[in-house]
Parts: sequence; C-alpha cells; structure tokens
Amino acid sequence: MTDTSRGLPERPMSPHLQVWRWHITMACSILHRGCVVGLWVGAVILAGWAAALAAGPDAYASYVGLLGSPIGKLVLLGETFAVFFNVAYTIRQTFWDAGKGFAPRTADMTGAMAIAFAVVATIVTWVIAGGIGAF
Amino acid sequence: MSKKDLFQPQQFRTPLSRARGMGASRHGVSHFITERVSGLALAPLTVWGAYAALKQVRAPHDVVVQWMAQPVNAVLLSLLLIAALVHLQSAVQVVIEDYIERFTTKTALVIGNLFVCVLAGAVGVFSILKVALTVTGAH
Repeated sequence: MTDTSRGLPERPMSPHLQVWRWHITMACSILHRGCVVGLWVGAVILAGWAAALAAGPDAYASYVGLLGSPIGKLVLLGETFAVFFNVAYTIRQTFWDAGKGFAPRTADMTGAMAIAFAVVATIVTWVIAGGIGAF
Repeated sequence: MSKKDLFQPQQFRTPLSRARGMGASRHGVSHFITERVSGLALAPLTVWGAYAALKQVRAPHDVVVQWMAQPVNAVLLSLLLIAALVHLQSAVQVVIEDYIERFTTKTALVIGNLFVCVLAGAVGVFSILKVALTVTGAH
C-alpha cells in the first residue's frame, strides 16, 4: 500500500512486468527504462573518468585499466548500446509528442528500428574500436 | 447533470488553478519538458561523445590532456555531462516514482538520485576545467 500518512491520495503505479504480455512496444519501453538506469551509472563513470584525468597520469592509467578489464569492457559495451538505443528512442518519442506514430503497426516498426539501430551502431562502434587497437 | 458534464474536469478546478496551469503536482509540465528538451540536446552530443571516446580510447594521459585543452572539446564534454545528468536525474526519478511504493524509501531514493547527479556534475565539470585550464604547452 502506498503510504498516505501525509494525507496524499494514492497515485497510480506503473504496471509491473509480470502482468504484461511481451510485445515489441512494451519491450522497447522497459528496455528504455533499463538503459536509463544503466546510463545513470555511465554518467557517473564519465565524471569519474574526468576526475581520474585531472588526478594525474597514474590515477588515469588505473582508471582506464579498470575500464579495459573484461568486466569494464562488458559495462562499456552495455553503455554503448544504451546510448544508441536512447538516441533512437528519444527521436521516436519526439514524433509521439507531435502526435505522430501511434498507429500500432507504426509503433511496432519504429520500436524494431530503434533496437536494430542500437545493435548496428554498437557493432559498428566496437568494430571501429577494435580496428584502432582498443582491445 | 448529464453524464457528459461529469467528465468535464473544468468543473473541479478553480479559474485561478487553471490560470496557473500547475496541476495537482504543483510543478506543471516542467519535468516532462525538461526530459524532452535535454533528450533532444543529447541526441547530437552523445554521437559526438561516441566519436570522442573512439578518438581517445587508446591515448595516453598527456595526449588526452592536450585533447581536453582544446576549448571545443572541454565545452562539448561539459555540455554532454550536464545535459546527460539533467536528463538522467529526471528519467531515473520517474522510474523510482513508478516502481517504489513506500513513501520514505521513494523519497530517500529521489533525493539520493538528485545528490548523486549534482555531485557527478560538480566533480566532472571541475575536473574538466582543471585539466583544460592548467595544461601547459596547449595550442
């Protein structure tokens, strides 16, 4: 139950995953939320990177070494996907805000396109990174 | 009173509340607008960020410092970090409000989210400026 000790009326909650049938638009929505939380961590990692750079060569080498470790690379791979998926999702939402793209088939298609774009852009980015000897 | 009248929200609102346009939340649609506008700013900034990350990923400390000393890089990276944190603070707050029921837990997480975002922004921008403004031999 929502705590109403302050006299606040109960506010609606989001439906949880278990009461939804899996579907592309719903999957995009929950994926977007997951990506947002992942990017929140990514923004903290970015701020930490700047702090390590400012702290000097040794601190920077340690921090980059941490990011270059297997777990670090896995995190960065996830962040790459999250960044590109959110770029696509934001563009999709902007059309929604203009009242366009709500037809079920259009929404399905743009959702699939957002995921496809994120997958392709992530692969391209990491292929380029591999090409310049980043890992 | 006809059934149609019952569904007219105006009858429950005073003219003053309509003029203020703040709704039940008392902050109107500012949260929504903040998320959308920061999201639009981030679309080009994050693509630049991915490009910049690829350029610097193999670079040693002194090369990255020289890169950061370029005003365009220091400014764009600061903008990327600030826009991202503004956007993510709003976005994560919505996730917290949607899934956390208990008032005290929810409030603690919303405030903690704000504090972490502001701290990351302060540390990040200070560090960028420190590197950009104290580098010697920058061109």
